[in-house]
Amino acid sequence: MIYLELFWSFLQIGLFSIGGGYAALPLIQEQVVDLHPWLNMTQFTDIMTIAEMTPGPIAVNSATFVGIQIAGLPGAIIATIGCIFPSCVIVLTLAYIYYRFRGLSMVQGILAGLRPAVVSMIASAGISLFIMALYGQRTLPADLKSFDVIALVIFTVGFLILRKWKTNPIYVMAGCGVAGVILYSVF
Amino acid sequence: MDTNKRKKFIKLFLSTFKLSACTFGGGFVIIPLLRQKFVDELKWIDEQEMMDLTAIAQSSPGAIAVNASIVVGYHVAGVPGALISILGTVLPPLVIISVISFFYQAFRDNAIVNMAMAGMLCGVAAVIFDVVINMAKTIFKQHRILPILVMAGSFIAVRFFSVNIMFIILACGIIGAADVWYQEKRRKEGASK
Repeated sequence: MIYLELFWSFLQIGLFSIGGGYAALPLIQEQVVDLHPWLNMTQFTDIMTIAEMTPGPIAVNSATFVGIQIAGLPGAIIATIGCIFPSCVIVLTLAYIYYRFRGLSMVQGILAGLRPAVVSMIASAGISLFIMALYGQRTLPADLKSFDVIALVIFTVGFLILRKWKTNPIYVMAGCGVAGVILYSVF
Repeated sequence: MDTNKRKKFIKLFLSTFKLSACTFGGGFVIIPLLRQKFVDELKWIDEQEMMDLTAIAQSSPGAIAVNASIVVGYHVAGVPGALISILGTVLPPLVIISVISFFYQAFRDNAIVNMAMAGMLCGVAAVIFDVVINMAKTIFKQHRILPILVMAGSFIAVRFFSVNIMFIILACGIIGAADVWYQEKRRKEGASK
């Protein structure tokens, strides 16, 4: 039953993406590319790009996108509900506890313990996207020299701008898109 | 339902809807916007409470934007309030992405779109590396060996052994809990001496 599978997959994404935003990225990849044949790596990187360029949380955006591709609008709605359901239960429980007891130190301690792992997992997902941008495939090829030079240039310039001026990522993304159109059509 | 309550619900829905529709670039952006709306403008929440609610939103699993609107909605009007603000937050991305994905195939076959997407993928990778460096810096700044070991260990596990992410989260959660327990025990012993 596809609706149930979608719901269950996005429930896990919602439940285990701790630390917000990019933390969902490796989980989404695992669920929709590795464990289920729902998206190929190109579609996955596309949805990450679209999710960056449109408002809304990455997890909700990808739930909607995957849901529609797999099972139309009902699929999108079910995947989205799956993705926010764990948040609802946990956030409301914590909010209730907070108003009751005004203390959350153990919860915050555990989450502080998780943070380094979250950093590593986002880094790993970032490396996958980087390999995809340079080689057009998921894993490193045997011949490392045959990479896309234009992609490396765009990446490096974008990265340096972000580091140096802390520019809003949305502008950097838009700039990279424009640079892509210009550079790929010239060379 | 009396009109006052209904007005509050409508206001809550419209506020979260508008904020969500305009929030580009991840959950951390929405928190200052929610604060501005609900603390400064509507005065429904006081400053200190907003900070605590933010902590709850950030420490719960899931999207921060969704979590933040749940706590704000709950604070303003209980569980119905939370449901209304979830709806307000989720509808804009749901509609926008639905529209995009219906056109996705035609859109993707276009040569110019293709080149723009290839360029933007590099941008996404750059943004992620930037975020990772900023996050890793805060870990190193703690000057503690355990978080650094956890970071290195989980990176190796994910990258080179493709260990299931949920196992890593659970294992690191247990390590975190043990660490908090040990620190508190040590602090109590230190205090009693």
